[in-house]
Amino acid sequence: MYDDDDVLMRAAETLVAKGLKVKEVYSPFPLHGLDPIIGVKRTRLAIAAFMYATGGTCLALLGMWYFMIHDWPMNIGGKPSFSLIENLPAFIPVTFEFSVLCGAHGMAITYFLRNGTLPGMPATNPDPRTTDHMFVMEITTDENHSNSADEIEGMLKDTPLVELSIKDYE
Amino acid sequence: MDFKFEGKAKTVSIALMVIGIVGLLVGLFTSGGDTHLNQRFWANLLVNGFFFTAIALGALFFYALQYAAEVGWSAYVKRMFEAMFVGYLPIGLGVILIVLIAGQAHVHHLYHWMDSTLYCEYVIEADGHAHCAEATETGAVLNTNYDEIIANKSAYFSPLFYWGRTFVYLAVFLIFARLFRKWSLEEDKEASIERHFKVHRRSALFLVFFAVFSSTLAWDWIMSIDTHWFSTLFGWYLFSGMWVGAMIFALVSILYLRTKGYFQDLTQSHVHDLAKWMFAISMLWAYLWFSQFMLIWYSDIPEEVTYFTQRFFTEYKTPFILMFFINFAIPFYVMISRDAKRNPYFIIPTGLLIFVGHFVDTYLLVIPGTMFDHNHFGLLEVGMFIMFLGLFIFSVFRALSKAPLVPKNHPFLQESKDFHI
Repeated sequence: MYDDDDVLMRAAETLVAKGLKVKEVYSPFPLHGLDPIIGVKRTRLAIAAFMYATGGTCLALLGMWYFMIHDWPMNIGGKPSFSLIENLPAFIPVTFEFSVLCGAHGMAITYFLRNGTLPGMPATNPDPRTTDHMFVMEITTDENHSNSADEIEGMLKDTPLVELSIKDYE
Repeated sequence: MDFKFEGKAKTVSIALMVIGIVGLLVGLFTSGGDTHLNQRFWANLLVNGFFFTAIALGALFFYALQYAAEVGWSAYVKRMFEAMFVGYLPIGLGVILIVLIAGQAHVHHLYHWMDSTLYCEYVIEADGHAHCAEATETGAVLNTNYDEIIANKSAYFSPLFYWGRTFVYLAVFLIFARLFRKWSLEEDKEASIERHFKVHRRSALFLVFFAVFSSTLAWDWIMSIDTHWFSTLFGWYLFSGMWVGAMIFALVSILYLRTKGYFQDLTQSHVHDLAKWMFAISMLWAYLWFSQFMLIWYSDIPEEVTYFTQRFFTEYKTPFILMFFINFAIPFYVMISRDAKRNPYFIIPTGLLIFVGHFVDTYLLVIPGTMFDHNHFGLLEVGMFIMFLGLFIFSVFRALSKAPLVPKNHPFLQESKDFHI
């Protein structure tokens, strides 16, 4: 456990340089630049968001074509051309808003599902102080077979940490 | 390291000017049969004058925005924007002033409202001149040139008010450009946090002026060409075009200079952020263009819709529609991903394509309302564009070489060099 984000980042750098694998870091706020150090892969959330938004665009156009042109043709504002293409400018604002809606909600729900942070789910962070002012780095022996538990402990104690807790998960 | 303007960059920019002038002259002399040649020349001078001045103005705006918002990351590249307004703004505003003065002197007829015979309902003919009269006066006859819509705008178009406004814009832009440059060079000599906060406050003041003037100059210089027509968001639409042009030019130049060994502390994060601006402002432009179009298309009121009928049901249709899709769809789909915004091989072609796209946008702001169906597109147009492009590059790069490429003593300089996203 560390009390400063910069200290944690430098510690993570030295540990990774010594060949350790950091499983997870818990922090009250996003730490810019940490991901490449501990080897977190680039998020694919942006790709998901693009697909949700494209889906929203298609759904909005399909819906408006069905409601306004196919099922019950509407003549609004003297534009009774009953054609999706010719009336397209009028449908763009709705399409835009619906794409944003689908993109944003899809992205948020995906994020919550992937992180297991839907409302009512149990907290997974090891220490409640990481939601406030502390930074925790989690290292497991499972992922670091080349070093023994004592070696890892020694390496960790070489970094300027404020607290070390060793738990047995077996 | 100071930037030295020499070698290929200088040769190319001078060559562009020479090729442009030759093209322009050949275009002028081979268009002898074109009865609208005079009007065509001046209309193109306005297109190019406005397009490149707008880029310099966009740079001035962006520079002030960085100071007013206390932005850290851009401190490292601020000299690029500075060079754009220091180098070109006086030239560009001069070109616009020449076009306006020539209009007032009736050398050309770009601005229909500059015709003073439109404003009186009754006239008295005397000594070969017609002057305004009351309907009850003896000898008063109906003025066949009378245009009620324009006459109702006579307060806004009165010469005193119009020229007063124009000179206020020129003065404010040039004074602020000069002051920003002066403070920037002083900072290189001597660090002072008081001066930094002074620039911060003056930038905020400039943004207030710019907010009003960017709208009114768009009405005065461009929208008044289609005198009968009006659109309230026209100013923002033009402003977004200015801004995106400035971002493209700055970003492409910075990437070019990096390959020549300058800006060596430029990180991928800087490139990413500049490209984000290019991407975002393209969307802002498309949003405003479409907002203006959709409301007018939907309401279909004759006095508003004339602007689009002039562009949709004429020879201008193809470039008009194509221009919108290029300027919107290409940056949207190409630049949306993070990797594309960090890759010069995506940024530069997209940037150049929408740079030309925005030139076509400016061209179609001016030409349909001045040339109607007599327009030609030939060597004259291409030559003048190339000439102005060369002049713009030359003057901007020359201004860039006159000061250290990276500012010294800027309070955010270290933050900018360490910038990481």
